[in-house]
Amino acid sequence: MARGLLDLNAVTCGRGSSLILENVTFCVSAGELVVLRGPNGSGKTTLLRTVAGLQNPVVGTITAAEDDVVYSSHADGVKSALTVTENLTFWSKIHGGPAIDVALERLDLTQLRDRIAQELSAGQRRRLGLARLLVSNCRLWIMDEPTVSLDRASVALFSQMLAEHLATGGAALAATHIDFGLDGRNIDVTQFAASKPLHSGFDEALL
Amino acid sequence: MREIFLRDLKLAFRSGGGFGLALAFFLMVIFLLPLGIGPKIDLLAQVSPGILWVAALLACLLSLDRIFATDLEDGSLELLVTAPVPLEGVVAAKAAAHWCTTGLPLCLAGPALSFLVNMPSSGVGWLGLSLLAGTPALSVIGAFGAALTLGVKRGGLLLSLLVLPMYIPTLVLGAEVTRRGILGQGPETPLLLLAALTLLGVGLLPFAGAAVLRMSLR
Repeated sequence: MARGLLDLNAVTCGRGSSLILENVTFCVSAGELVVLRGPNGSGKTTLLRTVAGLQNPVVGTITAAEDDVVYSSHADGVKSALTVTENLTFWSKIHGGPAIDVALERLDLTQLRDRIAQELSAGQRRRLGLARLLVSNCRLWIMDEPTVSLDRASVALFSQMLAEHLATGGAALAATHIDFGLDGRNIDVTQFAASKPLHSGFDEALL
Repeated sequence: MREIFLRDLKLAFRSGGGFGLALAFFLMVIFLLPLGIGPKIDLLAQVSPGILWVAALLACLLSLDRIFATDLEDGSLELLVTAPVPLEGVVAAKAAAHWCTTGLPLCLAGPALSFLVNMPSSGVGWLGLSLLAGTPALSVIGAFGAALTLGVKRGGLLLSLLVLPMYIPTLVLGAEVTRRGILGQGPETPLLLLAALTLLGVGLLPFAGAAVLRMSLR
């Protein structure tokens, strides 16, 4: 199998002291959208955080193209005291990415560019957070519920932006409950649910 | 790194950024202490190095928790950690920005206002020098402490308890430089030690801070 942008090999990950997912194996190759599905608390965020490198896998290996992965969490990382332009320029410089005008245009933020981020609505803030993906210059986007608080038109904007990213050799790994309207591979994380949660220190069978 | 430093400076000067908090606190202490001590000019002159250094140190302590806490709240810390920038550099840049918004103003205000605590003029220059050499250590030690207590709700008390012991050598040496400067007793030795302490902190603590950040974000 051709090596993808991201390879997970028998990864076990946990949150705190409990194991949540085990033996996760899949790969994401260029041009592919992989969507993690599963109910709340099934471990989607934990898996994404592990892939993004915020925590180490308990067991297993994750191979990703170095400096080619950008992570987008529940929070947008938007500074309330800075303007839209200042926020996005900061991230563009951090990633060594392109100028921000195209990204602003793509997410319909051009009219808001001089607005202080504090005065943005939740959906506008989210769009600013997503614009960061465009200026990151990274091929693999890891997104945790990217469409939260977006209206239908904004979701369409986002889908279009994602489709173009995939068409130009990018890839995406996302956790979401909605349908982006794109061809993607669904992975149900419940199939990886850890069979034996760690001991709570109290065994009911002893009663 | 430069971007993070500039962004933190910008944020500090924007509304609610906390610039001036340290300076205001410092001013209050050195305005109020002489009033509390009363008209004992000789006593005041004697304790002035200590007063100014303690005031500067506590003023520095006030704004430490902001170094990482605001970035943790809005999610930008996680994004920075996953971005292709060395975390050690992030910690160093943030400590540098903290010094520019708290330590540097104190270095200027301290000597300028030392007459309020009746500091003899022979000590004013040494006070400025010792603050310049010592306050960067306060910022890097503070950044390390802030990384340690990250995510602890109302971690301010814990942060103070952790950081204060590490501040003591800087305080002792800083006040000693100034005291010897007033008496003309060769302040160079403690000044060099003070600078060495700062260099040690600047060289090592960004690495320790980054390691601790990685752990506390897990």
